Amino acid sequence: MTTSATQFQIDADRTTADEPRRAAVRSALGNYKVARDKTESAFASWQHARDAAAAIKYEGVNHLDHYLKEFEEKFTARGGKVFWASNGAQARDYILNLARERRVKSIVKSKAMTSEEIHLNDALEKDGYHVVESDLGEFIQQLKGEAPYHFVFPCMHLKREEIGALFQRKLGSEKTDSPEELTMIARRALRQHYLNADMGISGGNFIVAETGMISITENEGNARLATALPKIHVALVGIEKVVPRLADLALLLPMLATAGTGQQLTCYNSMYGGPRQPGEIDGPEEFHVVLLDNHRTRLLADAEQRDALHCIRCGACLNVCPIFKNIGGHSYGTTYQGPIGSVITPHFRGLQDWKHLSGASSLCGACTEACPVKIDIHHHLLQNRRNAVAEKKVWWERWLWAGFRELMKRPWAYQMAIRLAPLGQVFHPLVLGTSLDPVEPWTKTRDFPEAATKPFHDWWRDRKGVRK
Amino acid sequence: MSHSNSSPSGDREAVLSRIAEALREEAPRHYETLEKPASNSVTAAFREWLPAVGKTRKDQIALFTKQSGNLKTEFAECTSATAAAKEIAALAKKFKWKNIALHTNELVESIADKLPEKLGTLKVDDGYEKSALEACDAAITGCEALVAQTGSVCVTGASSGGRALSVLPPHHIVIAQKAQVVADLPAAFELLAQKYKRGYPSFISFITGPSRTGDIERILVLGAHGPKKLTVLLLP
Repeated sequence: MTTSATQFQIDADRTTADEPRRAAVRSALGNYKVARDKTESAFASWQHARDAAAAIKYEGVNHLDHYLKEFEEKFTARGGKVFWASNGAQARDYILNLARERRVKSIVKSKAMTSEEIHLNDALEKDGYHVVESDLGEFIQQLKGEAPYHFVFPCMHLKREEIGALFQRKLGSEKTDSPEELTMIARRALRQHYLNADMGISGGNFIVAETGMISITENEGNARLATALPKIHVALVGIEKVVPRLADLALLLPMLATAGTGQQLTCYNSMYGGPRQPGEIDGPEEFHVVLLDNHRTRLLADAEQRDALHCIRCGACLNVCPIFKNIGGHSYGTTYQGPIGSVITPHFRGLQDWKHLSGASSLCGACTEACPVKIDIHHHLLQNRRNAVAEKKVWWERWLWAGFRELMKRPWAYQMAIRLAPLGQVFHPLVLGTSLDPVEPWTKTRDFPEAATKPFHDWWRDRKGVRK
Repeated sequence: MSHSNSSPSGDREAVLSRIAEALREEAPRHYETLEKPASNSVTAAFREWLPAVGKTRKDQIALFTKQSGNLKTEFAECTSATAAAKEIAALAKKFKWKNIALHTNELVESIADKLPEKLGTLKVDDGYEKSALEACDAAITGCEALVAQTGSVCVTGASSGGRALSVLPPHHIVIAQKAQVVADLPAAFELLAQKYKRGYPSFISFITGPSRTGDIERILVLGAHGPKKLTVLLLP
């Protein structure tokens, strides 16, 4: 077993045993389901909307080079700067150099999973920059020194009392566990940062090729503040985020909101087309877009799974996933958790090291059904399993299957095996609960089914009233 | 110096060539191709699938009113600029405002003229101190459109006094006219495309209710970082 797989086993065991935490997550996701169902049913046809949304993303992703060039042309014509990064190191270096050259002192960030992916905060802080996460959930996770639990709801696993205690300890605030008061404490703590910061870093939900814009979806207003007040705006965006036309957002924005949180529309959907233009009142002097590849082209090259790049990061597949609900977000050990994370992480970080995530699935297909852009998620999990075995065969599995094949080819051998099974089971208690037990992963939490003393063949032959 | 800084646009050629190489094999489609509607408008295709909206302006205003209620947006129809000024003066008195911020806009100014004189005003058009804007109790702005379908206010840098005015002060007041009400998001994008044929403002936003968060136990709290209150006043 590899290290990440072993760690996954340990973490999943621990979090699955944490009943109160699981109950909290279940209740939060229960509320999500109610809101989502209601909003979804208001669509004239959600299923047709999914087809239309999938078609838009298919068009964008399958002509990625064309649309990225169109975006670059439109965006730079309006004074924006585009930087293409093959990997995380290039993206980090570019942003660090920019901060150095412009003598930046304070940086305010709005939520960007791409920055988690390339560990941007660590790099900036190591260089002495003060970086503040401004999204409430990310702010809480930053104070806690912990990665996001869920890429849309970063601190959904925390109870209000825990957040109250964290604020008391780190911000010196009064003791409270009212969500309203806690939000106001964060609001006050962050206000001055927006005014003082000279660089704002954001992610981006969509890259609009037609008009050269970055579209950002948020509820709190922190991204709007971080892109309005500082003199430099940097958006770190994955190359797959492209949509061809501005008007495509008329469909994608309400779908993102519905699938993501159950809202009809997220509170602020903002499109940024360049830095402050001549004649405009405010806005940053510079706007840099960093287009991040970081192995996305590896996934693009896998035509079978290319549609995983359609993902708009709504998080719906996590919210409905029975595995996520039980093992929680941190067990995955990835930037992107849940079913979509299990599909894409092996492409980003190596199939053999991350194939275990594709095994951690019941293949129920709830993720595929919940996906607003119709990514064939659960089949991709199966394909990852297939590819992992094809790439590197497991010797004992090969032996096991070879033995099984021989057994099944010979009826006499099969008959003998099932007659011996109840006898063999008599000795099972001798090894039960020890590492010598060949079915230990099963018997750890369940009883092993008893082998029938009378084989099915015998029972069938001996049925009463059946003509021979 | 790392390789990334050798070119101002970074690894452009390498990324583009990897993309071109990757796209040589065609990907399967996991969706059904829908019939294209007769109309050549891009957005008309989506309209059929999105939540339905009534055809008349009266229906649309009724829907906007209903959505505002759900979103906790305060929405009122005013018969005249004087009536709108009265509404704002009442808010100023209730919340003890000292300073408000606004921008050059015919509708906004027609109302600002009628506000109590003791209310300090900050006009942002010729530049402003960030701290002065932050200290204002409210902002009054115009808008591009009101979207009935979602209860959204569409603002742009051009129509609403730049980027910060409509998000930094704790109370955002929007002044709109009935003619600005549009049915749905596709209509709003069509309107923007018509109006800004020669170039969009650098900032467009659809504001849907006051700022909010559900990050703590998924419980809704208003006023996370943006305005805690959103008031929309609709003039004839």
